[in-house]
Amino acid sequence: MNNNDTEHGAQAADPGSEGYGSTAVRLDQGHIEGTGRLPERFEDPGFAPHIARAADLDEAAAKRAEKQVAAMFGVSMLGTLVFIVAYFAIPMESQVFIPGIGKANLSNVVLGVSLALGLLGIGVGAVHWAKTLMPDEEVVEERHPLRSPDEARGGFVKTMLTGGTDAQLDRRPLIKYSLGGALGLFAIPLVVQVVGSLGPLPKDELSKTMWKKGDRLVRDPEHTPIKATDVSIGSVFHVLPESIKESEHVLEDKAKAAVLLMRLEPDAIQVAKARDWGYDGIVAYSKICTHVGCPVGLYEQQTHHLLCPCHQSTFDVTQDCKVIFGPAKRPLPQLKITVDTEGYLVADAPFQEAVGPSFWERG
Amino acid sequence: MSTTAHTASGADRLRANDPEPQTPAGGGMKAVGGVAGWVDDRTGAAKGVGYLMKKVFPDHWSFMLGEVAMYSMIICLLTGAFLTFWFVPSAGHVAYEGSYLPLRGVMMSEAYASTLDISFDIRGGLIIRQIHHWAALLFIVAINVHMMRVFFTGAFRKPRELNWVIGAQLSMLALVEGFAGYSLPDDLLSGTGLRAAEGFMRSIPVLGSYVSYFVFDGAFPGEAIIPRLYAVHVLLLPAILVGLFTAHIVLVAVQKHTQYPGPGRTNDNVVGFPVMPVYAAKAGGFFFIVFGVIALISALVTINPIWAYGPYDPSPVTAGSQPDWYMGFADGALRLLPGWLEFEAFGFTFSFNVMIGAILLIPVMYGLITLYPFLEEWVTGDKREHHLLDRPRNNPTRTGIGMAGIAAYAVLMFAAGNDLMAIKLGLSINDITHFLRAAFFIAPPIAFWITKRICLSLQRRDRDLVLHGRETGRIIRTAEGRFYEKHEPLDPYTRWHLVQHEQHQPLQLEAGVDENGVASPTARKDRLRAKVSHFYFKDRVEPVTPAELEAAHHHEAHHPEAIEHQEPGGAPLVEMARSGAGDNPDATEHGRQRG
Repeated sequence: MNNNDTEHGAQAADPGSEGYGSTAVRLDQGHIEGTGRLPERFEDPGFAPHIARAADLDEAAAKRAEKQVAAMFGVSMLGTLVFIVAYFAIPMESQVFIPGIGKANLSNVVLGVSLALGLLGIGVGAVHWAKTLMPDEEVVEERHPLRSPDEARGGFVKTMLTGGTDAQLDRRPLIKYSLGGALGLFAIPLVVQVVGSLGPLPKDELSKTMWKKGDRLVRDPEHTPIKATDVSIGSVFHVLPESIKESEHVLEDKAKAAVLLMRLEPDAIQVAKARDWGYDGIVAYSKICTHVGCPVGLYEQQTHHLLCPCHQSTFDVTQDCKVIFGPAKRPLPQLKITVDTEGYLVADAPFQEAVGPSFWERG
Repeated sequence: MSTTAHTASGADRLRANDPEPQTPAGGGMKAVGGVAGWVDDRTGAAKGVGYLMKKVFPDHWSFMLGEVAMYSMIICLLTGAFLTFWFVPSAGHVAYEGSYLPLRGVMMSEAYASTLDISFDIRGGLIIRQIHHWAALLFIVAINVHMMRVFFTGAFRKPRELNWVIGAQLSMLALVEGFAGYSLPDDLLSGTGLRAAEGFMRSIPVLGSYVSYFVFDGAFPGEAIIPRLYAVHVLLLPAILVGLFTAHIVLVAVQKHTQYPGPGRTNDNVVGFPVMPVYAAKAGGFFFIVFGVIALISALVTINPIWAYGPYDPSPVTAGSQPDWYMGFADGALRLLPGWLEFEAFGFTFSFNVMIGAILLIPVMYGLITLYPFLEEWVTGDKREHHLLDRPRNNPTRTGIGMAGIAAYAVLMFAAGNDLMAIKLGLSINDITHFLRAAFFIAPPIAFWITKRICLSLQRRDRDLVLHGRETGRIIRTAEGRFYEKHEPLDPYTRWHLVQHEQHQPLQLEAGVDENGVASPTARKDRLRAKVSHFYFKDRVEPVTPAELEAAHHHEAHHPEAIEHQEPGGAPLVEMARSGAGDNPDATEHGRQRG
């Protein structure tokens, strides 16, 4: 145990000798104090010695670095040249196969890669230049407190206060308060103009769709009417009202009127109202999700679940499209349907409630 | 010109005594001096610009994160200006006649048709469009990672609270700017995003349907939203972003950059390299590197192939509809919020299942982020200027809070992919959603606790390293046959990194009454503050003091660490793995017991 190796014990004082370390104290019993010879905390040792780079010491290395930097700048020029040639030479429609990426537009690939070379050549060259040849001895800049000197702060306050006094702001409260009123109000006309003119009031438009009694159900997007006999069990149709053909605002009307039509075994429909509002197991529900309005586009034939692809609200068609999972609260509204004299499916009544996302006054 | 003799006449006579223009000093300066001198004669800029060129910035890779954000923003501005030359911000309907065959003859908005033209009929248009989109994605990544760097190193402390606030607003506006731009092409995916956005607006109590009708100028989708978003995207928000960014960068220059602690680096200096020539080359070069990398990605990886989605139509939808990544957390929140948060009362509908995630989440999140520096300042009571950064481990509670925030964000982010995870991993989407709902509440405290423990452990390891030095891997056998591993003490420069920091002490609760027994009016606030301070700083590991180091050396001089010795006839046993384990009262225990 006398192997008092230098690297380990060099700084430890010899026991018995005078000085620090001669009184070993268990560290969980407190600090060693009282000798006055050790600072409370370590002191900043100052900058570590600078380590010279290869290019600082060896002119050959510096020359090499110079050539590397110039080569990068050369690559950049080459990239720029390739870009200019490719811009004119490569037809826009030619395709190229890149292993690992797949088929790509040749023009886009060559233009992008050559542009990248033109840019990266400059960037890499400049950084390499800075790292190998530019000074790498650190420079020290002193900081000064950000706060202005007291005179300047006092001066500022004085300027503002005397300014106010000179303007007689404190002597003439009538001006002060009327100015406050005017400044407080002047922006209102601008706000009124922009808010007032942005759009019309919704009135009851959010609660109504273009479906009305007798409107035929037509396929989306073909606009062909649907016979009840066309709808086999398990099938699903994307449906619009026939009146969409005359609509002046197709997208706006579609955004509310889109409907999904499904046929189930009538016994599978557990809710009497849902059966009654359908026709022989054919039921129609709004396609607009009651969460935030995405089209409820996915129908699981086996389980009769409708799934919204945006936030995964799941509706059970056998339970009158009740929400069985996900963030939506309300069931999809059902459209009451029947058949007309020619056997085509028609709406028997408009939607009885607002379709789509909830809003304050919908109830 | 200076040789021309003045013929003093008329108004010029007033100038007769003007000094002759100075010729620039030094032969080498002549070329620069010619133009620069002309400008300086008229602006006096030489002094200020000269000062800026000499300005010192510290060097660290993490300081480049903000640079990446700055450069991606510049790239977005540049490529965005290009795109405005061809993009038509109109919802007016046209039949497509461009060269992308699958959509020939299809009715679509001019916005969508012109985006197709940019992609297929304008030479180099696709690469510019892709650079614009990739740069925007990188912009928001870089802002967020930069913000994390600033948070975890405590760079937001006085005097930089203001810049933190500006940065948080920049980050939030960048989300809005990104969403506005992403919605412009009017393709099926972005239109579905706008459809959802309309649903979000409707969830606002009382005003919802009005907000929707005002924003869309009537029923969704209408024809107004594209030109309106365009104005917001190319004019309004860029102006605010550039303005705030300018304030952000000017404050960095005025306050001088923070620096990591190290030998020679103090709270009163900046140690690094001057702009001219080092950062002119490094930061200037880095702009080209960022631009080059984005160009390379844009050349090889398709982003937002709007031609594959088709024009917007409210009826169809694609499975796996998702917004750009930065909106993922909000989308995920919407997927997790349960439907029962919607209810009807007094004949009105309260849609909290939508409003919390879509309307409140982003302002609340950024509000908390914005307020954090002020909370920490209140807890520590520390009003000093801080220019030296914290190593994240040295402030375990702050680092833990940051990681808890990131964990909550990550849960929401994962939730936005619950459908994809269900498909790819063959799991039930219901299970994933239930799990993530729970995880949103459970993961942040766990992340906080784990992070804090890791930070404390790392600090103990730092102590250990300072006290016992580096393990050299050299095994020494003593004359008696004992083995020990030689440790090498740290040099003072390396050691300084590990011992330079200060630890905050928890605030002591004052009596709450003054010497006359009168209750302090702030007693309740003080109690709260003492409690929070206790939460922050009760667990801490003090840096090694010189006295402790001395004692450790003394101790080790007599007990070289035996790493193993042979039991007679038995397997080698670890006797004392490292000092600090086992029954030896040892230096590291000091730190451990405090922790």
